[in-house]
Amino acid sequence: MADVIGTAAPAARGAGTPGSGDVDLSALKADFPLLGRTVHGRPMVYLDSASSAQRPQSVLDAMDDYYRRSHANVHRGVYALAEEADRLYETARLDVGRFIGAPDAEHEVIFTKNGTEAINLVASTWGRANLAEGDVVLLSDMEHHANIVPWLMLAEERGVQLRWIGVGDDYRLALDDLDRLLRGVKLVALTTMSNVLGTVTPFARIADAAHRAGAVVLADGAQSVPHLPTDVGTLGCDFLTFSAHKMLGPTGIGVLWARRQLLEAMPPFLGGGGMIRDVRHEGFTANVLPWKFEAGTPPIAEAVGLGAAVAYLEAVGMDRVHAHEVDLTAYAQGVLAERLGPDLRIFGPPGTECRGGVLSLALGDVHPHDLAQVLDQSGVCVRAGHHCAKPLMRRLGVNATARASLYLYNDRADVDALADALAEAGSLFG
Amino acid sequence: MSGLEDLYREIILDHYRSPRNRGELATPPARRVEGFNPLCGDEIVVYVEVEGDAVRDIRFAGQGCSISQSSASLMSAAVKGKTVAEVRDLIRTFKAMMSIHEARLGEGEVAANGTGPDEAVVVDPDSLGELAALQGVVKFPVRIKCATLSWNTLAQGLDEAAEGVSA
Repeated sequence: MADVIGTAAPAARGAGTPGSGDVDLSALKADFPLLGRTVHGRPMVYLDSASSAQRPQSVLDAMDDYYRRSHANVHRGVYALAEEADRLYETARLDVGRFIGAPDAEHEVIFTKNGTEAINLVASTWGRANLAEGDVVLLSDMEHHANIVPWLMLAEERGVQLRWIGVGDDYRLALDDLDRLLRGVKLVALTTMSNVLGTVTPFARIADAAHRAGAVVLADGAQSVPHLPTDVGTLGCDFLTFSAHKMLGPTGIGVLWARRQLLEAMPPFLGGGGMIRDVRHEGFTANVLPWKFEAGTPPIAEAVGLGAAVAYLEAVGMDRVHAHEVDLTAYAQGVLAERLGPDLRIFGPPGTECRGGVLSLALGDVHPHDLAQVLDQSGVCVRAGHHCAKPLMRRLGVNATARASLYLYNDRADVDALADALAEAGSLFG
Repeated sequence: MSGLEDLYREIILDHYRSPRNRGELATPPARRVEGFNPLCGDEIVVYVEVEGDAVRDIRFAGQGCSISQSSASLMSAAVKGKTVAEVRDLIRTFKAMMSIHEARLGEGEVAANGTGPDEAVVVDPDSLGELAALQGVVKFPVRIKCATLSWNTLAQGLDEAAEGVSA
């Protein structure tokens, strides 16, 4: 793994003067090969990182090197190559654990297919073992479908009750009633940051109240882990789920972190090779953690890529990533308001406090798909649609929004290009 | 920007800003049919009144992007007063235009349509009048479903009307 860290650190070296504490990350863009391409003859402006981020060269190299030099199946071979693959895979687990402040990464970090599968793992193992008819799961109106549908499935399967924390007109969770909402709740499953509004939820406070009410707490960290410093102890969650591809890593791998005690007590998820200690005609014995939850050949190259992504983000520093996004979000709010006036609505908290760089937009009555189409012609990539958050769309009273989302490699020129393209769309449909 | 101009032709923007036949019809005698585009959440409601073998009147409601709304408006203007057989032909021709590759447009090429080669239709955009303005949509594959939403919904309405008659 030393190789990977070795390639990531110099790649991120351009990120401001060491020790100066500034947030000028302008040199980082060059680390991302894809960001240099053009679309429709124009330089591409990528503003869809909340959906999926791009990868730096160091991540691509780590995965390429792995396949060229070190690939073998893990957990099986005694030969040197297999040991090397094994070491790379398990080192990635420790890297991820360090990144989120996991006290016992070796046992508590589980690799899944993506963030969605991580939540499904909790629903179908912990959920089936602990939730019966009438038991209450508390969600919020700003959840992604990934943190709604698995619980709806349990509701259909066994009569689990779902309860919802509302969203106020300030685009934040309505928590006045939290104590009442928490009464009798077995599980709170809540996003740390809305993928539509950018709202960062007061997670630690809710987790604390939930624990006092006797509930277990799951954090859907898909949007915050890539953008904010993360520490599972500070969050106060019992489960944390997230996806690699939103944090500069590859697709095909996600993470479940959970307290060891919970994982030990949970039944296995998928059955197959790797997750067993013994198999007999009449039954099986599950493997120890973390492999108990990793049936079949895992995403080894993807884990290596995720490890490299973590190394890259650590080299930049998550505090600086966050500070850069705060700065850019404030700039975007200012420029968009100035250029487009009251025609432009941003569905999300004003200002930058407890808010990430996700800007869900509506321009007059221009349909979000039309907006995204016009922006695309200018090379500006934004997502239009319901963003897998239909209950929230209903709450907002819209079918869809056009969403621009910022990351460490975006800069003011990207925001200016967005404003230019929005102005063009406004004049086309005005 | 040439691609965009192909998509957002002036006729399309005109029908989007000032849709024809927007509204509702009394049911009965009209039939009400809903169509959804699950991709974007757009929905359309088509009211179609078939009298004898003719489409006597048509209205549409719902919400959607400029392509789905203008396509519904253009469709309503094109089918009103036509015989059901003529409307079915038009639906077939329009959908063929929406499935034809951009490079073949206007060359009188045979486009595969429907389930097999037997249903191949010769598409001559000139025969479509104002509807030909929507041919630029084929350059934007994800938008084709927007353009065909109202047509599929109308086809369903005609099918239901036919079943209603035979029942």
